[in-house]
Amino acid sequence: MPNPDQGGAAALSAAPTRREIHEARLRRRSGAIAAGSTLLVIGAIVLFVPMAPGWEAVRRSFFNAEVFRKTFPGLLEAFLVDVAIFLWCAPAIALLGLVIALCRDVRAPALFPLRLFGALYTDVFRGLPVVLVVYLIGFGVPGLGLPRPWNSPYIWGSLALILVYAAYVAEVIRSGIDSIHVSQRSAAASLGLSEADTMRYVVLPQAIRNVAPANMNLFIALQKDVALLSFIGPVEIFRQAGVYKSLLANFTPYVGAALIFLAITIPATRYADYLLHRQRRRQS
Amino acid sequence: MAKLVLQGVRKRFGQNLVLDGIDLTVSQGEMVCLIGASGSGKSTLLRCINLLEPIDDGTIHLDGVDISEPGYDPQAVRTRIGIVFQSFNLFPHMTAAQNVMLAPRRVLGRRPEEMAGPVEALFDRFGLKHRMGHYPDQLSGGQQQRVAIIRALAMSPEIMLFDEITSALDPELVGEVLDVLRQLRAEGMTMVLATHEMGFARELADTVCFLDGGRILERAPPGTLFTQPREERTRAFLSRLL
Ligand SMILES: Nc1ncnc2c1ncn2[C@@H]1O[C@H](COP(=O)(O)OP(=O)(O)OP(=O)(O)O)[C@@H](O)[C@H]1O
Ligand SMILES: [Mg+2]
Repeated sequence: MPNPDQGGAAALSAAPTRREIHEARLRRRSGAIAAGSTLLVIGAIVLFVPMAPGWEAVRRSFFNAEVFRKTFPGLLEAFLVDVAIFLWCAPAIALLGLVIALCRDVRAPALFPLRLFGALYTDVFRGLPVVLVVYLIGFGVPGLGLPRPWNSPYIWGSLALILVYAAYVAEVIRSGIDSIHVSQRSAAASLGLSEADTMRYVVLPQAIRNVAPANMNLFIALQKDVALLSFIGPVEIFRQAGVYKSLLANFTPYVGAALIFLAITIPATRYADYLLHRQRRRQS
Repeated sequence: MAKLVLQGVRKRFGQNLVLDGIDLTVSQGEMVCLIGASGSGKSTLLRCINLLEPIDDGTIHLDGVDISEPGYDPQAVRTRIGIVFQSFNLFPHMTAAQNVMLAPRRVLGRRPEEMAGPVEALFDRFGLKHRMGHYPDQLSGGQQQRVAIIRALAMSPEIMLFDEITSALDPELVGEVLDVLRQLRAEGMTMVLATHEMGFARELADTVCFLDGGRILERAPPGTLFTQPREERTRAFLSRLL
């Protein structure tokens, strides 16, 4: 039970105790050691890597400042395509994932086919490499000779991502549903709530909150996997970097693309970790 | 008049016969206490009464209607028979008030504005009006358990079942929850409760049933059962407590 008085008591005692002084000293010392060893490693890299025989060539083809400056704005613009694809896929994935998860949880015998479908769906789409699904659907469906807007690789490539990621999201949500203790369902039933209301008002809100960090990690992976659509046509950042590479005979645009991805994914990953950490602490 | 009548109720979990022919009659306004060793079947009996567990044999009549008949709508029964559990089982993502209002809204179709007054009155009656907006983890165990009782009462049940509702509480919080039971008793609520609080059972119960191995071995008013138990096993159980 959180005790509201504890914070006040700590704030009142202004003078640090002997133990606090000791702990602060320990903290300072380990901080100094960590900083020292990090500097040592970085120093070694800066000193020794350029001494490698191929370094000059690598620097010219991967870390060319001139090429970087010329291509970076174009890469940023192409990244907007990635973001757009992500933005329309994400809600569809969340919705489909939820539906599949609910399919797998139905108990009524008449609805058994739904259960079976849910299980098959998740097994199939989690069992295939994403790039394979992108190829099969992205090339396969337009190959049917559909009329103009319907043969767009944007549509079918996005569908491939939606189908695959919905399977992962469904599994995560289902694990969240399973994590809710039966006593919660029991309590809801004892009040006369129907199974559907129990799911909607009691189980799902808790389940989804519990798995929010896991789902966030999936959506970070999705943002990266949007680059796979480059294989079937859309000129997004990875493809654009390829175009620049051929044009300038230089690999620096790939490094630029990598930096742009990292600028998004690292903060997002850190945030997901933070959420997870906060949740763990609250549950303990 | 007999409100609730159990006849020959049997319940097994796999090979384990947990209730072995329970006969029990509860009159309108009566308070029945179930006592007995751990594993004697008290919780199971309560869960069977409001159809959270299906029974294997026997009948349960509520106001003369057989509710244990296969196919009888359990939801209808559960709105008439409330239950409170040892572990509170509040919904942690809802405030106390939301916990209380969910079932009336979804099951009885009450609108929030028509509920506001009565629900507030209910919280007020049990001294929790200032806690309505709190989440369960911001409440003490005793407060949580009182909210759970309010939640069950909000459905206006005709019978209340209580399953060792003070066992998970720190000793100093037991009193406030027992006070709620005293209050309900004074209002004439029909109640069946499983309890380890012998002093409480002695003070308030009309009838005490001693469960042993899934049977009601002895059934008597508290004055008789606690002072002159008929059965040897009852005597042994009671002497172990004292
Ligand atoms: N869902 C279940 N599945 C299988 N066995 C169960 C289940 N619930 C209870 N039992 C068994 O039924 C028996 C009676 O359990 P019950 O919880 O009714 O006893 P109790 O009198 O309430 O005990 P306590 O005082 O410990 O709460 C025990 O042997 C228990 O293991
Ligand atoms: Mg029990």
